[in-house]
Amino acid sequence: MTLKETEGIPPEDDRKTERATASQRQLVWWGFKKHRLALFSAWLLIGMLVAVVFTEFLAPFDDRHRDSDYTAAPPQVLKLWDTDGGEGFQWGLHVDGYTSEQDPRSLRITYEADPEDRVEIGFFVKGEEYELFGLIPWDRHLIGPEDPEDPMYLLGTTTDGKDLLTDLVYATRVSASVGIIGVALAFLLGVVLGAVSGYFGGWIDNGIQRLIELIMAVPSIPLWLGLAAALPVDMGPVMRYFIITTILALVAWTGLAREVRGRFLAMRSEEFVTSAMLDGSSHRRIMFRHMLPSFSSHIIAALSLSIPTMILAETALSWLGLGLRPPAISWGVQLQEASKWSVLSGAPWLLIPGAVVVIVVLAFNFVGDGLRDAADPYKH
Amino acid sequence: MTATPETEPLLDIQDLHVRFPVRRNLLGRTTVENHAVSGVDLALRSGETLGLVGESGCGKTTLGRTIVGAQEATSGSIRYDGNDLTRLKNREKGRYRRQIRMVFQDPFSSLNPRMTLRQVIGDPLVAMGEAKGSELEDRVAEMMRRVGLSPDYMDRYPHAFSGGQRQRVNIARALIVDPKLVIADEPVSALDVSVRAQILNLLRELQDEYGLTYLFISHDLSVVENIADRVAVMYFGKIVELADTAELYEKPAHPYTEALMSAVPVPDPSLRDRGGRILLADELPDPSNPPAGCAFAGRCRYAEPGRCDTGTVDLEGGVRCVRSEELDLRGIELTES
Repeated sequence: MTLKETEGIPPEDDRKTERATASQRQLVWWGFKKHRLALFSAWLLIGMLVAVVFTEFLAPFDDRHRDSDYTAAPPQVLKLWDTDGGEGFQWGLHVDGYTSEQDPRSLRITYEADPEDRVEIGFFVKGEEYELFGLIPWDRHLIGPEDPEDPMYLLGTTTDGKDLLTDLVYATRVSASVGIIGVALAFLLGVVLGAVSGYFGGWIDNGIQRLIELIMAVPSIPLWLGLAAALPVDMGPVMRYFIITTILALVAWTGLAREVRGRFLAMRSEEFVTSAMLDGSSHRRIMFRHMLPSFSSHIIAALSLSIPTMILAETALSWLGLGLRPPAISWGVQLQEASKWSVLSGAPWLLIPGAVVVIVVLAFNFVGDGLRDAADPYKH
Repeated sequence: MTATPETEPLLDIQDLHVRFPVRRNLLGRTTVENHAVSGVDLALRSGETLGLVGESGCGKTTLGRTIVGAQEATSGSIRYDGNDLTRLKNREKGRYRRQIRMVFQDPFSSLNPRMTLRQVIGDPLVAMGEAKGSELEDRVAEMMRRVGLSPDYMDRYPHAFSGGQRQRVNIARALIVDPKLVIADEPVSALDVSVRAQILNLLRELQDEYGLTYLFISHDLSVVENIADRVAVMYFGKIVELADTAELYEKPAHPYTEALMSAVPVPDPSLRDRGGRILLADELPDPSNPPAGCAFAGRCRYAEPGRCDTGTVDLEGGVRCVRSEELDLRGIELTES
């Protein structure tokens, strides 16, 4: 029995070597890729993030754009070719313009698509000027009418003549970032307090757990309402946005903190933790370098499952008129307009933001489920 | 004790007690406590391997953990290099962390599953701020070679290794900071019999190479016989017998040692019926309420009422039994090695 004799793990093929050297992240990714629905949802969410970043460029118009000639106009159909323009078959991306008619008694304006009135549509068209990322001045929009004066309302307009698609893109930025920033804040609080609580135990644990119970015992909707209602009415939209996000985060961290604490409590007695302590590692190093990484994929899964809750909370608050308010636009603010039956009966397309909320929430849930399954070590 | 140490022992444990609180009253004061280690005196000589044996729950693991500092001592002293380790401040402990290292029992839970071997083995050096970058890598590679692992596997995760290989990783991790004393807590009990010999041989080779001193904790007498120079038998938080390995195995002086010996499997079937096993009745006494007198008296077949359940004997003669002089206990024949 010599050292040479044991030099080895028997020779293996490449695939096994790949698996042996794969980090947890790679293992999770391999598992996640098999989950079709989750993968599709992930692409959807990436699209949403693009909308959050390149809002001004993706939206056909500026968010202040208001066209009083077309209030509550219905969505237009995007057409690739033209057969009825008078000149026979003709290629070219376009939409039909509107003819409007006002009912003399109800004064309600109804719009009809007018095949005679052709609105040319182009990509990367010149439109209203904006500053990308608040820095780079530019005037190109991904899609828009060749002539900026022409109407192009692919999802229709609101009752005050704003383009619903533009509003939706801007609202996505606000609502998605409330969810993401709020969850990031909640995550920070939850992980740090949960880790400290589970790792040190004793009176620290006791204190933090009682605090969590206290927060959990307060019903969340009245708490949000109370806090949001306490905000001064004349507060600027940006400030309001941050405070609402913080309020949502302050309520949301407790669940994650409990989960993290449980994990730390269970792991504290593992020998690899004792052995790290004996190396003289600092508490912080043990907690965040040795212990936390061993369930980081579970945390990420928990996070992507908690973002929709946050988004729904913001939407609900704004819908009730207690969250964000116009001129700020979020999905909740948009839906607020759709809450009146008289409006909705004439303009059902105002419900489109609701569909977007549902799709995004589902997508986050699918991604979260996919990650959780992929991170489950018992499946390998 | 069989031979008086001529030189100062490397580690000198005196009257060590470790108690665990079991129940507290309303004011937070401990009302019931378990005595895991109750008055251990033990000295380790430089370069030797001292086997520590005893059944589960006798306090041998707690003793090991107290020596490395994973467990607070309640009272008593552990003298190492002229300093009492139990009285050191956290900052001063750092110096001894590298000199006294531990090899854990479970090769699966003792390695962080999210770290590659490079990180696992190198972590003590990083945590102690000793090496980084290419020096760290060189030392990890060197250590891996010493324990019989190819440095090519440095970037693999523990899940890709067998129990024996993981235990090599554990040993590498313990030795990379160049310790003098290694507490090996059942390092081979979780391994296959075929792998055990390899790990034991590795430990022996490393001992010669680095001049290590081992405290080898085990419940398996055949393993201890193989590696230890001296053996301490622990029962209910106390050392009940301490002798050179050969002497202890041939002629145990404490009835508990005899009972442990009788449980060692005999390889030769024709010899099996000669003694028969001594089956110990009952469990260990309640550690929160230790009996007066000899703790083994309740289970001992030689116990004499009036003598064994009142007084105790200290370990001066190497055995903690009132009747040791008058008993003729049976050991086992050592395997010729």
